[in-house]
Amino acid sequence: MFSEFVGALSFGFMQRALIAGILTGVVGSYYGVFIVQRGMSFLGSGLAHAAFGGVALGLLLNTEPLWVAVPFTIIVAVLITWIRDRSDLGADTVIGIFFALSMALGIVFLSRIPNYTTDAFTYLFGSILSVSPTDLYASIAITVLAVITLPLWGRWAYATIDREAAMADRIPVKFDDYLLSILIAVTIVVAAKVVGIVLISAFLVIPAAASRLISRRFLAMTYASVAFGFVSVILGLFSSYNLDIPSGATIILVQTAIFIICFVMSRLFPRRGRSC
Amino acid sequence: MTYALEVNNLAVTLGEFRAVDGVSFNVEPASFVAILGPNGSGKTTLLKAILGLINDYSGEILVFGKNIRDVHPDAIGYVPQLKTIDRSFPAVTCDLVASGMMRSWPGKLSAKVHRDVDSVLQLVGAGHLCHEPLKHLSGGELQRVYLARAMVRKPDLFLLDEPATGIDAVGEDDMYEILEGYQAKTGATIIMVTHDLMTARHHATHALLINRRLISFGPQSESLTDENLKQAFGHLGHLHGLEWEGGDV
Repeated sequence: MFSEFVGALSFGFMQRALIAGILTGVVGSYYGVFIVQRGMSFLGSGLAHAAFGGVALGLLLNTEPLWVAVPFTIIVAVLITWIRDRSDLGADTVIGIFFALSMALGIVFLSRIPNYTTDAFTYLFGSILSVSPTDLYASIAITVLAVITLPLWGRWAYATIDREAAMADRIPVKFDDYLLSILIAVTIVVAAKVVGIVLISAFLVIPAAASRLISRRFLAMTYASVAFGFVSVILGLFSSYNLDIPSGATIILVQTAIFIICFVMSRLFPRRGRSC
Repeated sequence: MTYALEVNNLAVTLGEFRAVDGVSFNVEPASFVAILGPNGSGKTTLLKAILGLINDYSGEILVFGKNIRDVHPDAIGYVPQLKTIDRSFPAVTCDLVASGMMRSWPGKLSAKVHRDVDSVLQLVGAGHLCHEPLKHLSGGELQRVYLARAMVRKPDLFLLDEPATGIDAVGEDDMYEILEGYQAKTGATIIMVTHDLMTARHHATHALLINRRLISFGPQSESLTDENLKQAFGHLGHLHGLEWEGGDV
């Protein structure tokens, strides 16, 4: 079973699938710790649906959907952060508005394209085996971005636990809000091919939520989340190949299994669990 | 003489609401100033403006003779209200205290940071809490840890926002003892927002009464007069909430 999977890795499409899957899984799980601790899970959903609007526009314009979806989703991410900052509306309300708007636009755009279904379904439900060289380069690009911004981990974490203290210490908290939203938006668009727009929010959140259950320090949570993201993609792809089931959904099922194991461990061995 | 804090004609408007209106006062170094006023009187807004958290104001705020933006953050130790922190955040006490020293969230603590954090935790009587998750701390313990986080950077100015809210009387006494001990040793200036008139009387050298406008500022015995208190709080009923035991207001 394993040797068959390894044998399949000699194909280019499988290599691209594995590399893009691992990179997006690791990067998504890294940002996931901030999404979970800042209570931004719904932002992930909102931006995923914004990505759908962007992909649909790209398909309508008959161009590479990624090049349209990235700026489209970034603009939505910035607008959500900007309006949230300048109004008394709750974050969930602002996200909900853009969530619906992006979906509505996506549906309108798709309705204008004859024979749109195949491409649209690829993005909606994910199709890791159709990852193109462009998608692969995009996943390498988001990994490079994550590595470049790695030194900001400390100040992002500081502002996450105590925003006021971070502001008093002259950390550009609002700038970081925008930066983090944009990086998450780009990651979501790139990862859409891997797991699909409808599942991507879970893809970012579940590894971080699982690691939260067994970690008592944020650094440990970050390491564990990234490790879970990495392992779930490999196990998910392996299972998907052998069982002939959709890869994106399989990765999410593996992540959920990891979450359940962490939950049970944290209940059965509370002391040991918390000392992670 | 350079004042620890100079506030000249400060006005802060939050949306349509004038929260602080034309407030001026100067704080001498090594003072312990209690800021008092009814709910919505602008106490916390004033503190946040001093701290540099509010940019949209008119007037002037100078800390040690400099604009707050030019003051090194280590010169100021901020102790927020207990509720401001996210206690679900996975962190142990050492991490939180080290963040005060590093002005960032720590990953692995170096030996030096660990030593400094340990020593300040010992100082506030919380040495045993170093590896305790924040979510397990009581209100009083967390308040000590907040104090440690502010003290670890050896500040010249302490700003405290209702630090005793949510902690018991013993914890409150301990906190003031630690603060006053630090002040006696270092000559630091303390500015504290409080609802508690007794605290102001027992611990502060100076008191500032505010109700959007400045009502009075000076040595606490001169500032906290019956007349000023009535002017700040409107009528006597409000003073019951201040644990007033000081006489015939």
